[in-house]
Amino acid sequence: MVFPHRHLLGINGLSELDISYLLDKADEAVKLSRQREKKTSTLRGLTQINLFFEASTRTQASFELAGKRLGADVMNMSVSNSSVKKGETLIDTAMTLNAMHPDILVVRHSSAGASALLAQKVSCSVVNAGDGAHEHPTQALLDALTIRRNKGKIARLTVAICGDVRHSRVARSNILLLNALGARVRVVAPSTLLPTGIEQMGVEVFHDMKSGLEDTDVVMMLRLQRERMSGSFVPSVREYFRYFGLDAAKLAYAKPDALVMHPGPMNRGVEIASEIADGPQSVIESQVEMGVAVRMAVMEILMLAGKGGPAQ
Amino acid sequence: MSTTLLKNARIVDPSQQMDTLGDIVVKDGIIEHCGPPIGALPGGASQIDCDGRLVIPGLVDARVFVGEPGAEHRETIASVSNAAAAGGVTSLIMMPDTNPVIDDVALVEFVLRTAREQACVNIYPSAAMTKALSGNELTEFGLLRDAGAVMLTNGRHTISNTLVLRRALTYARDFGMVVACETQDAFLAAQGVMNEGLYASWLGLEGIPREAEIIPLERDLRLAELTGAQYHAAKISTTESVEAIRQAKSRGAAVTSGVSINHLSLNENDIGEYRTFFKLTPPLRSEDDRRAMVSALADGDIDIIVSSHDPQDVDTKRLPFADAADGAVGLETLLGAALRLHHSDDVPLMRLIDALSTRPAQIFGLAAGSLKPGSTADIAIVDMNEPWLVSEKDLRSRSKNTPFENARLQGRVIKTMVAGAIVYDYQ
Repeated sequence: MVFPHRHLLGINGLSELDISYLLDKADEAVKLSRQREKKTSTLRGLTQINLFFEASTRTQASFELAGKRLGADVMNMSVSNSSVKKGETLIDTAMTLNAMHPDILVVRHSSAGASALLAQKVSCSVVNAGDGAHEHPTQALLDALTIRRNKGKIARLTVAICGDVRHSRVARSNILLLNALGARVRVVAPSTLLPTGIEQMGVEVFHDMKSGLEDTDVVMMLRLQRERMSGSFVPSVREYFRYFGLDAAKLAYAKPDALVMHPGPMNRGVEIASEIADGPQSVIESQVEMGVAVRMAVMEILMLAGKGGPAQ
Repeated sequence: MSTTLLKNARIVDPSQQMDTLGDIVVKDGIIEHCGPPIGALPGGASQIDCDGRLVIPGLVDARVFVGEPGAEHRETIASVSNAAAAGGVTSLIMMPDTNPVIDDVALVEFVLRTAREQACVNIYPSAAMTKALSGNELTEFGLLRDAGAVMLTNGRHTISNTLVLRRALTYARDFGMVVACETQDAFLAAQGVMNEGLYASWLGLEGIPREAEIIPLERDLRLAELTGAQYHAAKISTTESVEAIRQAKSRGAAVTSGVSINHLSLNENDIGEYRTFFKLTPPLRSEDDRRAMVSALADGDIDIIVSSHDPQDVDTKRLPFADAADGAVGLETLLGAALRLHHSDDVPLMRLIDALSTRPAQIFGLAAGSLKPGSTADIAIVDMNEPWLVSEKDLRSRSKNTPFENARLQGRVIKTMVAGAIVYDYQ
């Protein structure tokens, strides 16, 4: 199959077929990553630049490793504390990098739409590694891969996404992807942490963990940033954990074999209890492994499409 | 002594409720005759054959942002006047949101002097109602009025202190000044950048709820009633705002309202994939709201249309949506976009021209908006059926941030006349 996209800016716009193709490719990458010899020459000679306007150790490391395993030359640029403060704009930075002829640009930015804006201005492929509260497509893909490998399928599973959906790009990408693959998606959160119109976003809405987690196959927790307390979204960590934090009692409402997931980094004792994060149902570490595999798959497919396939 | 005859004109003048085929005679910048065809050409007169085209009083735009002083690279008083002339706008009220803010007599005089020397249309300064638009300390209303300011406003900013606003309204009433306010509650709007709703949620953009406009507007209307001031809600965007104004009017408050051409023409879906030229205040709302604005305009519940011309350049617009500045240029597309509402039978032509010319002149006490004999000859000749494609490269404004790029409009200005002199000629 020829992947019909030049960039990966979001899950929005991907077909079920596109997603399955990416996941199948990622399955192969998992095999490769588990071998002693982990490196291929698929992207040899190509240059990947990780352009991070927002600090993120994990995602950046994951993309870096993915590129290196495929043989690409990888350069990391953290812009959050250098040029932007000097007044250089996002576009200027992008144009500068573009002049260096990268083949793939991995972008994270705190503003929604930033990666789409960049994609209009540069001549290489762009992968969105998170733009504001908009999308984080590789996270949704790695979540899907984790679920598929553990449950054998995604269609007709019930997945509860719990916590700060309002500010979460992970939640938006997951809602889109899980719906595209036929899962039943729920969100569980206090209304202050849900976006307006959530009922029309293809989810069932719950405001308490008991009914929200009942009979779910997957419990996906979201990070709650501590700034949300001062922003009057929720009153305190104590209260939040009491009603919406995942502990053994609340997890017991889900199916006994339900998976526990978290995109990281976790706030232990805020949205998830340590015993659950480290417990037998947790696949959080596996998510990290799948992250590298999915990013390898994404970059390989975009580069192959870039060579032979139609540009979009 | 010069005389011009406009022949075979379809004269539409709301100030006389006139819609007739006839002639207009302009003598020394003043309209001498407006009505039935005159028999003989006065001696030595030049003649313009309008060929049945629309002839209207020049448009009066009550909300125009200019970059001078402080941001002349975006727009100067001279360049804004050229843009206005091309749009058939012969009088405009300039907003005080400049750098420095127009909150002092010397700055009002600067604007008037610059306009007199460089502008080809009538530029009327408005003055900040609080110093530096900070919402705290009143400016010198009386001195500003006497220097030539025609309106008081806090510009883009909503006054949060109700006591300051009450005093300002009370004091403005004594000096007979209209106070024009845009209302947005800073707390409710918070970090919002577009209309709150499903669309914003999918885009991951913080929303601005409609209540952020309605709550301070209702507050203002109560204070207008309390003080008896002449209050103008400058740029409303929701159904509920129309209702609140309608009720205040029915209680006898001296209240008027305006809507921007953008909110009559566009809705939140036009933002598409983060198109920053559609980032406005108030934010573009839903299609239901747009339709409500159109019908309120037709009914006269909304008095006037403004362009809310707000020049921005790549430095402020070529950014991620949330980081980009608000605002769109609009002087040159104002009439073409407004005529869409006539072509679609949503607003009668007479009401449309009233809202674009006669009514704003009445509200702000400007000598404009009329073709009655004795009036200054500020006139636009318009081909109502001429189709054209909006292209930024044709815009005379120094800034090109038009949300109507590539829009197909029907109806364009052929000639614009200010005090009898032609300041724009399409041919």
